[in-house]
Amino acid sequence: MKQLQNCLYITKDGAYLHKQRETLLVEQRIEGKKHKLLQVPIHSIGAIFCFGNVLVSPQVMGFCGERGTGLAFFDQFGRFQARVVGQQHGNVLLRRAQYQFSDEQQLTFVKGLVGAKLQSSRAVLQRHLRNHGAVTEVKQASARLKQIIESLPVQRSIDSVRGYEGEGAKHYFSVFGQLITNPKFEFNGRNRRPPKDPINAMLSFLYAIWGKELSGALQGVGLDPQVGWLHTERPGRDSLAQDLLEEFRAYVIDRLVLTLVNRKQVKPKDFITDVSGAVSMSDEARKTVLQAYQSRKLETINHPFLDEQVEIGLLPHLQAMLLSRHIRGDLASYPPFCMR
Amino acid sequence: MMVLVTYDVSFEDGNGAQRLRRLAKICLDYGTRVQYSVFECDIDYQHWPLFKAKLLETMDPAVDSIRFYKLGKHWRDKVAHHGAKPALDIFQDTLLL
Repeated sequence: MKQLQNCLYITKDGAYLHKQRETLLVEQRIEGKKHKLLQVPIHSIGAIFCFGNVLVSPQVMGFCGERGTGLAFFDQFGRFQARVVGQQHGNVLLRRAQYQFSDEQQLTFVKGLVGAKLQSSRAVLQRHLRNHGAVTEVKQASARLKQIIESLPVQRSIDSVRGYEGEGAKHYFSVFGQLITNPKFEFNGRNRRPPKDPINAMLSFLYAIWGKELSGALQGVGLDPQVGWLHTERPGRDSLAQDLLEEFRAYVIDRLVLTLVNRKQVKPKDFITDVSGAVSMSDEARKTVLQAYQSRKLETINHPFLDEQVEIGLLPHLQAMLLSRHIRGDLASYPPFCMR
Repeated sequence: MMVLVTYDVSFEDGNGAQRLRRLAKICLDYGTRVQYSVFECDIDYQHWPLFKAKLLETMDPAVDSIRFYKLGKHWRDKVAHHGAKPALDIFQDTLLL
């Protein structure tokens, strides 16, 4: 079983990462003088995320490529820029099987994903209803989601499943704002590119990071993250990673964002609005968010399919493994991740 | 497995400082420095013999000593830190710089 390793997030301007023997050394130059910020054994790091002006030595990149350690670059606003990819791992036969996935298999897979996604979205709403009493709109949205989930099995085409997914997401996000109990924050529907309020900014940021972890996990088991079925193929898009992201959005990310806001761990002043109306996080806010995200990843849950205690941070790797087993034919169907 | 490594190096002959430096470097490859000659190393069973061999090769058994404390699975319950410079737990703390 894979061990959950820690992730290193670097947001310091001008930080320099290099490899010294078997350790990763992070330094920063202040007024011409080098300051050592951190030295950790490389084997304890599962992924490195760099934000803004961070320098990484070629040796570190080479090491990450070789060992399959994730290394991704984001700009200072948290927008994804690049990722280091090592040698292609895994079995070419597995990848070929992935490309030759039959229409019927695709449809079953997509139905499963959308079902799991809507189910976990609904769970978020139900949880709110349990904790805060019945709110008519939320109740209605939850009931509608239930109807959609029940209508999925009879769908005959991927496009109609996509349609229902869109409708479900619309209902879900139309009441998402009501789940926010902190009056200082408002949410009027999901928007992105750019996000127009703090909630959307946090959602986009965390979806992006979790998406990169999924891409890495898929590559780790030898699948091609670009060939997906719910999301159509598009150059440069990791469609399969985006597909798998669906089953985690509500459970991992949306709930985390709600917690951060409702427990007042983030404040409106932590966010910066620029002239175009785009909202981004301040360094402070990003730190808070990443810390909360990291501790969320360390929570252990009982995996519904494997029936084993696992850390949330390992879920991308486990689901990627289950998917590869399905594609290889060892598992009759892909069990999407869905918490009750 | 979590191993606490501590050592004592004699400076009586000329090479003490060199051995000390080398031991520290080897320990840093596998763990974190918690005090000057004390390291917490989380190491898997396949790397353990190599790590141990490297250390034992570097020390001078006539004058130096090394101690390994295997802390086991529930090592977090067994460790408490007081005072300055708390060591970071590289598996649990958010590594955010």
